[in-house]
Parts: sequence; C-alpha cells; structure tokens
Amino acid sequence: MASKFMENPVIKWVEYRLPIFSFIDHSVGSGYPTPRNLNYWWNFGSLAGVALVIMIASGIVLAMSYTAHVDYAFESVERIMRDVNYGWLIRYIHMNGGSMFFIVVYIHLFRGMYYGSYKAPREIVWIMGVLILLAMMATAFMGYVLPWGQMSFWGATVITNLFSAIPLVGDAIVTWLWGGFSVDNPTLNRFYAFHYLLPFVIFALVFIHLWALHVHRSNNPLGVEAKAPEDSIPFHPYYTMKDLFGMGVFMIIFMGFVFYAPNFFGEPDNYIKANPLVTPPHIVPEWYFLPFYAILRAFTADFFMYWPISWLMSAKLAGVIAMFASILLLLVLPWLDRSKVRSAKFRPIYKQFFWIFFLDCLVLGYIGAKPAEGSFIIIGQLATFYYFFHLIILIPLIGILERPRPIPESISAAVTK
Amino acid sequence: MADTVTAATGESKEDDKSRRDFLIVATSTVGAVGTGLAIWPFIDTMNPAADTLALSSTEIDISPIEVGQSITVVWRGKPVFIRHRSQAEIDESQAVAIADLIDPETDDQRVQKAEWLIMVGVCTHLGCIPLGQKSGEPKGEYGGWFCPCHGSHYDTSGRIRKGPAPLNLVVPGYEFLDDSTVKIG
Amino acid sequence: MKKTLLSAFAGLAMVLGISLIGAPAQAEGDTALPYQDWSWSGPFGTFERAALRRGLQVYSEVCSGCHSVKLVAYRNLMDIGFAEDEVKTFAAEFEVEDGPDADGEMFTRPAVPADRFVQPFANENAARASNNGALPPDLSLMTKARKNGADYVYALLTGYEEEAPEGIDLLEGMSYNHYFPGNQIAMAPPIDDDAVEYADGTEASKEQIARDVVTFLAWAAEPELEERKRLGIKVLIFLLVLTGLLYALKRKIWADLH
Repeated sequence: MASKFMENPVIKWVEYRLPIFSFIDHSVGSGYPTPRNLNYWWNFGSLAGVALVIMIASGIVLAMSYTAHVDYAFESVERIMRDVNYGWLIRYIHMNGGSMFFIVVYIHLFRGMYYGSYKAPREIVWIMGVLILLAMMATAFMGYVLPWGQMSFWGATVITNLFSAIPLVGDAIVTWLWGGFSVDNPTLNRFYAFHYLLPFVIFALVFIHLWALHVHRSNNPLGVEAKAPEDSIPFHPYYTMKDLFGMGVFMIIFMGFVFYAPNFFGEPDNYIKANPLVTPPHIVPEWYFLPFYAILRAFTADFFMYWPISWLMSAKLAGVIAMFASILLLLVLPWLDRSKVRSAKFRPIYKQFFWIFFLDCLVLGYIGAKPAEGSFIIIGQLATFYYFFHLIILIPLIGILERPRPIPESISAAVTK
Repeated sequence: MADTVTAATGESKEDDKSRRDFLIVATSTVGAVGTGLAIWPFIDTMNPAADTLALSSTEIDISPIEVGQSITVVWRGKPVFIRHRSQAEIDESQAVAIADLIDPETDDQRVQKAEWLIMVGVCTHLGCIPLGQKSGEPKGEYGGWFCPCHGSHYDTSGRIRKGPAPLNLVVPGYEFLDDSTVKIG
Repeated sequence: MKKTLLSAFAGLAMVLGISLIGAPAQAEGDTALPYQDWSWSGPFGTFERAALRRGLQVYSEVCSGCHSVKLVAYRNLMDIGFAEDEVKTFAAEFEVEDGPDADGEMFTRPAVPADRFVQPFANENAARASNNGALPPDLSLMTKARKNGADYVYALLTGYEEEAPEGIDLLEGMSYNHYFPGNQIAMAPPIDDDAVEYADGTEASKEQIARDVVTFLAWAAEPELEERKRLGIKVLIFLLVLTGLLYALKRKIWADLH
C-alpha cells in the first residue's frame, strides 16, 4: 500500500485502533499476492459479489413499497411498476439480477470443477460455495413467490408439496410449511420474512468463503501452488483493474436485459394474479432450477435407476431425494476426486468427461423446460443417470486410472517460457 | 496471459506514465459520475409516488357546518381544521395588536373569507394535534386551541400567543370552488 | 490461444443453452402466431400517439362493457398526450363508489383523474353471471401475460371463423377462433369493419381497430416502455464508454508485467 497514504495522521490514528486499512490491503490490495496467470474465468467470483450487492440494494428498496398480503401483493408490485419513481427500473434490476446472479455463480462453479479448485487445501472454500448456492436457491424460490402471480403460486405449491414425499411426517411438514391447508397468506408472509433474511445469511457465508480462500489463496489455471515471489502479482492494481473491467462487461449484458428484454427470463403467466382454482397448463420453474427439476421428474416407476430401490420407497420420494442429492453430492466432490492433479489442463481424460458433464447439465436444463412426455422422458432419465454416474463412478475412477500429463515446475516457469 | 504482451513500443517511459495517469483520472471520473447517477433512482423511489401525488388535493362540502362549529378533515395524512367562526371570534381576532404577537400576522392574512378559518391542525412546536375542535375541549387562554403536549395557546385566528411553539398554525393553500365547496391543496 | 478458443466455445454453449431454455415454447398444438410490425418494438420504439387515442376509443366503446383495465388510472392518460381537462371530462363520465359518508352510507361520485379505470362489474361473480359463466379477464397486463402478447391479442381479435371447421362441435355460446387455446372461446367476435366511428376520420377496418386497441393495451401493460428505452440507450452508451476506459487502463497496467 502506498506509504504516503498510511502516513496520513488521521489514517494512522484509525489504523492504530482498528487496523482496517491493512486489513483491506491484505484482502484485496497490494498486500495480497495472487497467482499471475489467472484467466478471465476467475472474474466470476467478484462478479457474484457484485450481483449479491445489487440484489440486496434493489431488494431493500423494493421491500419499502411491497405489501406481503395475498389481496395486495400482486397490485403492490404493479404499483411499483407504474407509480413508484423508477420502481420499474429497480424491479427489473431485481428480477433480472436474480438470473444474472445464477449465471455468474454457475460459471464460477464449473470453473472450479474444471481447474480442480475444490481440492486440498481448498475443500472448505468449495463447501462454503455449495452452501451459498443452496441458500441462493432457497432465496430465489421464495422471492419468486412474492409477486403472487400464477407461477408464484403454483411454483410454491409444487415445491412445498415435495416434502409430502417424506414418509409418515410428510403431510404434517407440508402443513407446517404452509401455516394452513394450502399456500395462502401465512405462507406468503413467512416467505417474505425468509426472503429478506437469507441474503444476509448468504453474505455471512460469502465472508467465510473468502476467509478460507485467503488462507491458501486462489487456485490458478495450472493448478500448481504459487511458491516463488515471481509466481504472484499484487491483487491491486492488477486484479482490481481486471475485475473492474469484467464488471463493466457484466453490467452491459445485465443492463441490456433490464432495458431491452426485461421479461426474457420470466414467464408470462406470472403477470396473471394467483388463482388457487386454476393451474396454468404448462408450469415450469425459473430457468436456474430446470436441471434439478428434470432430475426430480426423471424418477418414475419405470426408470431403471429406481428399480433397485423400488422395494424401499415410492418413486416420488426417490425423485425428491435424487434432486437434493444432486446438489449435496457436490459437497463431497473433494473426496470423490482422488487425482492429485488439479487442473483439467493436465488431465486429458477428465477434461473430456468434464465437457460431457457440462453438456449433460445443459440437456437436463432443456428437458426441465419441456413437458414430461414422449422422448423427453427418456432423454431426461438418461441425462439424470449420467449426472450421478459422472459424479459417483467416473470421477473416482478417472482419478485412479488416468495418467496425467507432466505438470510444470512453477507458475512463472510455465508463463514466461 | 502470454498473448497480452502489448507494451507500448517506441514510447518513452515518461509518455507512458502520463498516459497511464490520464487514464486513471478519466476512468475514475467517469466511474464516479456513473455511480452517482445510478444511485439516484434508488433514492428517488422513496419520494412520493405518482398515485400519492395524484391525491394531494381534496374537496370538502362545508355547507353543513354551523356557525361556531369546527370539523376536522384529513388532507395528505394530516388533520385540517375548518372552523365556521362567529362574529365575536372574528372581531376578537381582528382587534389584536400586531405588536402583541409572537409570529406577527393579521387575521386578514390568514383567511380568504372571514367566517371560514382553514388551517393545518398540527402544532408548530413538535407536531402534536392541538385540542379545541370539540365543544368540551380546552381552548386555551385565548379561546382558540390548546396543545396539550407542551402547553401552546392559539387564538381564534390560530395564531400562537403563549407557549413554546414558534409559529402560527399553518394555513394550507385552498380555494372556494363555490359557496359550499372548498378545495384544499 | 487454444484454451481461449475453447473458453469462448464454452461461453457460447452456455449462452446457447440458456437461450434454448428461455426460447418461447410455442403454445402446443396451436396455429403459429403471425408476427406484426409494432411501432414500439425495437430499441427506439414508441407508441404511436394517434393509435393510442383511437385504441382508447375502441376500448371504451367495444371492450369496456365486459373487460376492465383496473391497473390503469385516468391520470395516466396525461402521459400519452391527453390534456388535463380532457382527462377530467373523460373520467367524470364514470361513477365510482366512495364512502362511507357521515351517515355511514356508501355513495357514488363522478370519477376524478386520480381514480383507476372503473370496472364494468362489481366483482368476479357479477362478471360471470353476466357472461354465461365465463370471466372476461382484466386487460391491464394482457400483452405481458401471454407469449408474444401483442401479436397474440391481434391474432385473436382477427382470428374468428364464422363457422367451425368440419368435425368440430362448438359448445353452446362459444365461437371458433384460430388462435385461442382449444379454439373454443366464450367471447363473441368483438370487432368488425366499422365497429367504431373514429373521431380522427381513420377508416375503421377490422384490422385497423385491432391494431389500435392492441396499441392501447400494450401501453396499458407497459406504461414505462418509452422511458425505459430512452434511459436504456443512455445507460448502455455510458457503460460502453466506461468499459472501454477500464479495458484501456487494465491493459496499460498489465503491460508492465512483461
């Protein structure tokens, strides 16, 4: 950090009592050495942070004009869109910001998988990341209920009904979640409370995520630890500038949607007020839930993955368990992958299967948006099978059998050669 | 990162540094202006919305109010006192010497028609609602209104005469649409 | 370089995948919608003012007997070129219930600009009772509440067939429409040539009437559209400049690493 700045008497006075300036310097300043070879895929972590801040800021402003009551929620959202100064802008930022947040986080997650960022000693960074994803999903799901449109209502109904699959206590749990005998005013109120609370939980999780990250610092495209001083460069100004540039590109895309295609990620049905007596003909969750929705629906009585457990549970319960397992499995990914080599750059076989897995997730997403009929069912079941096969069987197997390519001595040796 | 080698060739170090400094200043300025502009919509959402502004005037039928009677109506979420004054009250208000007043204002300045006194019923001290609208309530030492919170006395023209309040009760903008209808706001 | 290409490919695949998912699932089994040219599409689009005026006339004379636009207020008409006095006169033609008065009774008064458009029926049951059990939906958000809503409403209004095709038995009181899901619609053909007589002398063909009322409904659904697009241009130009500067500065700073 510039020593001139640190010698300012006011700065010195504060620093002596609360060492916040050196804390910032060691977190994102010149005092934080970062591998010199990070590529643009490493921008998505800071972008996720930006997205979180934008979501919280726009959300708090929206909360000031929103009414969480089944009789007024829909109208209060439309009042925000029509009468509140810039209400339409803030609401479209919040609506599209949710989608942007998930896009950024999914890219961040796949980057971690490709470059083996979850491996020792960064397991806790990874686990906190998966927990953040779970908290984001809960937040997004409850937030989608608040406008009280048709998709809000039926999405809430379908997803809360998942818990009825739990043996013995399922129905009691669903009644408890609803605070009644269907999704109604008590449900809306508690979802609003949780939707306001959870972002701050996410904020705390992000703090731990970054804390753990700063202990062993960023992984990098080569997957070898930075050892010598020439392997690293100060975070500021190099990565602060690179992140700011990435933020500019991100904002252009984000604002492009907000101003010119604000309902691109939305469903027209959510502009119809919730009607508990009429289900829309084709209900789909928000796009970021589609792969998991496809896994949920894949479990039917004739699905071959269900046969071995059919004596134990209903297909409905198996689907619910599989859906949650598809995310929870990621928590143990660091132990499923036995390979000592991090980056897929030096793992020729893993690299190919990574891309197959990535495409498999896209296929699951596509199937999740389609009605459960005809060939969509078969494709969905095969894709679901591959998802688990990849994580449980292929990853450990490749880790043991694969012969990695030689890894470079150090970052600087590979970069400056 | 090997493909980002773009060191400006043929430029002296000095030039390079000044170009860099210029870029830093230009970028920070543009960024700061942008951030400032982006914050405005968030702040502006807290200003009154279009539907709130549309309700900022109200029309009241005053024909049922007898001489010596007062009514309280709600305007912009605040009470407005409308008093049909008796001749005695009018005379009393007009007789007061300006020099005796804390906030000097003649009665004529406070009314459009002498028999109708219209003002916002919020004490100018700290925002309580003065008593005196109903017949049984204390009207203070000057026969007008009395604020129970900190003991401000208002006269029959709503002027502050005694107590901590600094100003007379506020007269809102209003107009008589006809003999029996007044539009406030 | 190869890695960069691969990364670009991955990014592309992600975007493609997402757009594939987000792409409109064409309403199953229905006739594909013919697309119209609307004055408000495109980055600089605005609502044609004359069409809005005619559209309000069509809504008032044809639709408002059964359909509400309850989210729109009379004062909103001032945003699209109506004078304040015009709006006051227009609003005063409608009666709204207010109260209770000093005696505790509800009373009616003429509407003022601050009121929302008066609804044709007091409640849903009254609406159903007058319409053979069918509920005429509120139109405030209609063009947002359907896929390609403006094209859909236009197609629906002009897509009636006098007689149902061979082999289709229409239920009592239903009409045949090419674009309504299931083809049987409880709304009788609402417009025909010369269904209204335009104040501005425009020839009132069926298509013209449909276009005008769709314009009005699109504005009713997205009154912020023009402001949004105007502001959007400024924001995007600003961001392009800022991002360009950030890129130049980033390169300058990274240049001394090598």
